[in-house]
Amino acid sequence: MPLSLVVNGRPHSVDVDPSTPLLYVLSDDLRLRGPKFGCGLGQCGACTVIVRGQAIRSCVTPVRLMAGAEITTLEGLGSPEKPHPIQQAFIDEQAAQCGFCLNAVIMTAKAFLDQHPTASDEEIRSAFANVLCRCFTHTRLMKAIDRYRRGLGGPAAGDQARGR
Amino acid sequence: MRFTPEANEALARAGFSRRTFLKGAGVLLVGFSAAAVGERTGLAQGPFGTQDRRVARQLDSWLAIGADGRVTAYTGKCELGQGMFTVQTQLVAEELSVALHRVHLIQCDTALTPDQGTTSGSQSTPTNFNHRNLAQAAATAREALVGMAARKLGVPASGLALEDGVIHAKETPAKRVTYAQLVGGRKFELEVSDTAKRRPASEWTVLGKPIGRIGLPEIATGQFEYVHNVHVPGMLHGQVVRPPTVGAALAGVDEHSVSGLPGFVKLVVRKNFVGVVCEKPWQAIQAARALKATWTPGPPLPPQAQLYERLRSQQPSRDTLVVDSGDVDRTLAQAATVLKATYLYPYQMHGSMGTSCAVADVSHGKATVWSPTQSAYPTRSGVAMLLGMAVDDVHVIFKQGAGCYGLNGADTVSYDAALLSQAVGRPVRIQLTRKDEMVWENFGYAYVLDQRVGVDAGGTIVAWDCETWSPTRGNRPGYGRPGNVITGFLAGFEPEPFDARAATPPTRFRNGANAAPSYVAGCAGGTCDGAGTVRSERVLAHQVASPFFTGPLRSPSRLQNTFAHESMMDEVAAHLKADPVAFRLKHLSDPRLADVVKAAARRAGWDARPSPRPGNPRTGVVHGRGIACVAYEGDNGYSALVAEVEVDQDTGRITVTRFVAGQDCGPISNPDGMRNQIEGGALQGMSRVLGEAVTWDEEKVTSLDWRSYHSLPVGIRVPVFESELLNRTDVPATGAGETVITIAAAAIGNAVFDATGARLREAPFTPERVRAALAAR
Ligand code: FES
Ligand code: FES
Repeated sequence: MPLSLVVNGRPHSVDVDPSTPLLYVLSDDLRLRGPKFGCGLGQCGACTVIVRGQAIRSCVTPVRLMAGAEITTLEGLGSPEKPHPIQQAFIDEQAAQCGFCLNAVIMTAKAFLDQHPTASDEEIRSAFANVLCRCFTHTRLMKAIDRYRRGLGGPAAGDQARGR
Repeated sequence: MRFTPEANEALARAGFSRRTFLKGAGVLLVGFSAAAVGERTGLAQGPFGTQDRRVARQLDSWLAIGADGRVTAYTGKCELGQGMFTVQTQLVAEELSVALHRVHLIQCDTALTPDQGTTSGSQSTPTNFNHRNLAQAAATAREALVGMAARKLGVPASGLALEDGVIHAKETPAKRVTYAQLVGGRKFELEVSDTAKRRPASEWTVLGKPIGRIGLPEIATGQFEYVHNVHVPGMLHGQVVRPPTVGAALAGVDEHSVSGLPGFVKLVVRKNFVGVVCEKPWQAIQAARALKATWTPGPPLPPQAQLYERLRSQQPSRDTLVVDSGDVDRTLAQAATVLKATYLYPYQMHGSMGTSCAVADVSHGKATVWSPTQSAYPTRSGVAMLLGMAVDDVHVIFKQGAGCYGLNGADTVSYDAALLSQAVGRPVRIQLTRKDEMVWENFGYAYVLDQRVGVDAGGTIVAWDCETWSPTRGNRPGYGRPGNVITGFLAGFEPEPFDARAATPPTRFRNGANAAPSYVAGCAGGTCDGAGTVRSERVLAHQVASPFFTGPLRSPSRLQNTFAHESMMDEVAAHLKADPVAFRLKHLSDPRLADVVKAAARRAGWDARPSPRPGNPRTGVVHGRGIACVAYEGDNGYSALVAEVEVDQDTGRITVTRFVAGQDCGPISNPDGMRNQIEGGALQGMSRVLGEAVTWDEEKVTSLDWRSYHSLPVGIRVPVFESELLNRTDVPATGAGETVITIAAAAIGNAVFDATGARLREAPFTPERVRAALAAR
């Protein structure tokens, strides 16, 4: 039975086993490159997408729960020519090594800060307690997040923005 | 053969669309080699079908100027997240005096690029930036272009200036000719010149600048094509079913357990290699889970708690005397004080953020593999051996994967994809599960390190004796050892045999594994090449067989050895009540290493005094600072790192609050890229020493996900970071990707000692171990 999904504003109808995790539908059936498989266990964040303003981990979310939902992926935010401000923040801070975690970090940060634009450093850190970057680009990732937060009118740079 | 979009684009720019090319190639369509591409287009190609390194002498193997004046360059050193794609593009733009956007770099494709072996060991910068290979090819091209322009314009070369692909007479700028007019779309037909002059660093306009990472906008917006995103028409999806341990043998497999599952295509068994192929990725995962396979167990794993003790006595052993002045026992017997300590370091894993993935298409007698391997050409050989095909019929195309840091599952998954595709005759993609990735990668080496240091009455070190034990199995497959990684082994190939060897006195001092501390003189064969002053010296390393596969995880052996050396140096300084910086400098003879120690200490505002810090209470939260340094591989990069820590003595938790690095890697190609590597290296080193360890029980590896293997998440309190880069333009470039990670463990351990007076000698420094060390004060 085909399932309807709305991804980045576009409707799609997919014919898959409804227990298939959303991630496989996005990356295999819809060929999206933003969400990534990191663990398949909900432990790392690589597969994060945004649904109703919440960051959800698509590797452990059966696609049937998403029928009719509006899903935003990393490519839905902006393009290389016209990046979203949060994507621009990561480019400005040169916040990547291999870049494989950027989907996790950008999507988690966007969902969290859009809902909590005045979040403190401590609150941001707890939102990232289960997000990994194995290249350990942490210093720059946090600077980029802070840059986006400032753009939203959040608190001035905290301890994580110092240094260099 | 397929071309990557990049290669197609390059062909098109040179005036040959793929279509016209294929038309011209006629019947050669199936069997053409990249040599034919080169013939027809003036585009370079690698030694496809050969391992003939003479090809690398040809300028056309490295560079081509297109009909539109754009430069296509070919490199065998690939982007692994370390920024190599960007700096190599900078290098070519600089040497050829063209704008960065005019340079198109093609990396690691066995049909197109030269065979440069493996991208590893901090060798890419030395290889392609010093006076060889890519750098020298670009310099040769520049000289050739100037020569052609001089003849064409009738102006002596000295009277010509270059600017963004145009050469003009300095006096009469109207006299001009473009690179495209000189050689666009044609071959240079020249050998790479050893004497072509490089652009001096003092004149650099593109190199040496903090150019942003090429491809980052695409990555940040989800457009970048990682190997995980490669889709080939008709592609199926595979998964593997691994045995419980090394040495387990397949006893039986029940195809009926999966044959009725939706989308099931094929069960593939080859000796102990078991895999399934299905229509969809999720189906393949389900099928692999459902498959009933039984295994005859291999030898039981050694109890984890006894690992280190067993390493010491395990036989056979392969022994290396790195240095031996012959008088160590005597000097130690006469020393005023002798300090002894043993350091322990666990197996750790690469644990890439994305599990390894590859796509293979083995059909019509040819194989194409899209692979994240760091070794395109060696992987081609391995795949050919595995599939029983001629090397010429295998084409490996590098596609960037998740950061690898050595030898994660990239090679093994490429073999998996090839075996599965060969069995079904259709393209197959496989991305390993987290568990298959973690349980079966080539782990970083565990180590036991004994140190004995003798000091004279005046507080000077007079003897240093170090003996180490570490287990090994497999490694990089190279060109002929597919059994060095798990899939090759399971499919019936043997890993490199473990050859026992007795130690012989060294004829030359080589410190490539940092087996010797920086403080010894390193005298052998009549010369002294160490970085230090201690002349009574012995370093003996034992390797024994490992129950697990092992491989070159970032800073292999160098990190473990340096953890022990730099911690020991701190113990000696503390015992003598000497300042750790001054005490190091007193025993260093290498000025470059001494300079980075001074630079880091200065930048950190180093508080010169002995450790531990006076007046710290024995409970609650205390602060301390520590330093460590290394001449990486003896002479491949110089780094010092100051760590400032906060230790909660009640919980045993360590928080690093600040890192300050000093680094000298010769001329800096991209300062921001280098800082990025330093920051990442320090934090990765911190995660490794604070929490990471492979665990196992009698039957299997038990660290199989991110709950059981502890990586510091993005949400930690990130230390403030500063780095002091010493830019030396008068020396050759060295590697920079493995320097700081090598010293993070000791810098942190030394800082914890400074804060608490407790010495941590076993990594990782878990809260339990910290509490135990505090209790033992
Ligand atoms: S891939 Fe979904 S959380 Fe790791
Ligand atoms: S940049 Fe590689 S995992 Fe974060």
